[in-house]
Amino acid sequence: MKMLTAIIKPFKLDDVRDALSEIGVSGITATEVKGFGRQKGHTELYRGAEYTIDFLPKVKLEIAIAADQVDAAISAISGAAKSDDEGKIGDGKIFVTSLEEVVRIRTGETGSVAL
Amino acid sequence: MENTILEMQFAIDTFYFLMMGALVMWMAAGFSMLEAGLVRSKNTAEILTKNVGLFAISCTMYMVYGYDVMYGGGVMLEGIEVVAKDATYAAPSDFFFQVVFVATAMSIVSGAVAERMKLFSFFAFAIVFTGIIYPMEGSWTWNGASVFGMYTLGDLGFSDFAGSGIVHMAGAAAALAGVMVLGARKGKYNKDGSSNAIPGANMPLATLGTFILWMGWFGFNGGSVLAMASKESANAVAMVFLNTNAAAAGGVIAALILVKLLWGKADLTMALNGALAGLVAITAGPDTPTALEATLIGAVGGVLVVFSIDILDKVFKIDDPVGAISVHGVVGLWGLLAVPLTNSGVSFSGQLAGAGTIFVWVFGTSMVLWLILKAIMGIRVSDQEESEGVDIAECGLEAYPEFTK
Repeated sequence: MKMLTAIIKPFKLDDVRDALSEIGVSGITATEVKGFGRQKGHTELYRGAEYTIDFLPKVKLEIAIAADQVDAAISAISGAAKSDDEGKIGDGKIFVTSLEEVVRIRTGETGSVAL
Repeated sequence: MENTILEMQFAIDTFYFLMMGALVMWMAAGFSMLEAGLVRSKNTAEILTKNVGLFAISCTMYMVYGYDVMYGGGVMLEGIEVVAKDATYAAPSDFFFQVVFVATAMSIVSGAVAERMKLFSFFAFAIVFTGIIYPMEGSWTWNGASVFGMYTLGDLGFSDFAGSGIVHMAGAAAALAGVMVLGARKGKYNKDGSSNAIPGANMPLATLGTFILWMGWFGFNGGSVLAMASKESANAVAMVFLNTNAAAAGGVIAALILVKLLWGKADLTMALNGALAGLVAITAGPDTPTALEATLIGAVGGVLVVFSIDILDKVFKIDDPVGAISVHGVVGLWGLLAVPLTNSGVSFSGQLAGAGTIFVWVFGTSMVLWLILKAIMGIRVSDQEESEGVDIAECGLEAYPEFTK
């Protein structure tokens, strides 16, 4: 079992959700977060003075899936979250970590049947 | 028959006067929304409390004492009918129309000192400003009284139709003194003196506030014709409405073009200030210019306000979150000086004398009052209260309690 943590642009959320649903992913947790990577912040202008926004709004997705689904999920997220064909700095990242255990609270099932 | 016509004229003029006063009252809503939009969300409830409080204080103090200082009629208006006894409108309608102007002048101060002043120190200032400081200069100008027995502004060729100087520049002079005693907001200026942008929380509210002010201004200038029930006065009112609107439009266009040229972007807040600058500029003489002249007077106001906001902020370190001192003070002075361009009965020297008298009186007395208040009760909240926002510190509640920070 693997845990995918994806940081994406907020307005790509619906596209990514649809792409993951198509390959059979059954659950996603989304959190509104702020951060920066290579994109850094950006500058805005107010009454003649520039100011920098250091942390840009992003959405963090957490997706627990079976190990054999990882490649399909990564390509689904990448395809949906990428700005146009080449992609742009700021499109986000995907982190893959291994997942030791999953428990479904309602039934007490554990392991991959609980995913 | 003739008596019936006179009574009809009396009724129409009074009705007109009251409706225009109600429009000016609505400017209090405009100032509230403009200021709520241009401060940060942690200071919203306090600025709204300030606006509703100052309106009530203005109405009460002007009734108790201010109107008597300005026009006579006695304390608590007990002899008000002697003031406008030859007028074609009811005496209380004159009070009603005048009192909403006092509140307008006081509203100008609240935006400039936003986000850092103690609420009740501001209210204490409002009591004296609306009870004495404004009514004194109002008596020298609109009531034609002599300035401490020395000279009379009317004899010098001074004219201020609806109050570019008497209302707007006076409010700005009190605001300037307040900001000088109060100091800038925390985090506004860096150690090297450079200025930081502190963006306002809500641009739709600021825009709504500007449109409400724009609408209220038809009452401000249109009502200042003081009559409606004759062909002559109806023509004058129509021209004043037309010119007031044209000047606001000129102010927006000029400010938008200028900021696009200066900074490459169409800064909405400057476009809004441009509209108000156009309105302030035309207020001293909306009756005599042609439509083109009114547009140009407004456009010059729109240009002046952009440069003035930038220079006050970056060169003089005057921290005015909403630009009130530039909009009402600098452009108010321009409005006074523009009157002789289209009105041959008014002189530049008279306008300068009037502007100087108003500014010296209001700025001087306000400065003394701010310093006294600072010594007695303090006028600034603590550093920690300012960081947390004056909503919690002064009002104990938040404007948007369901928003996460």
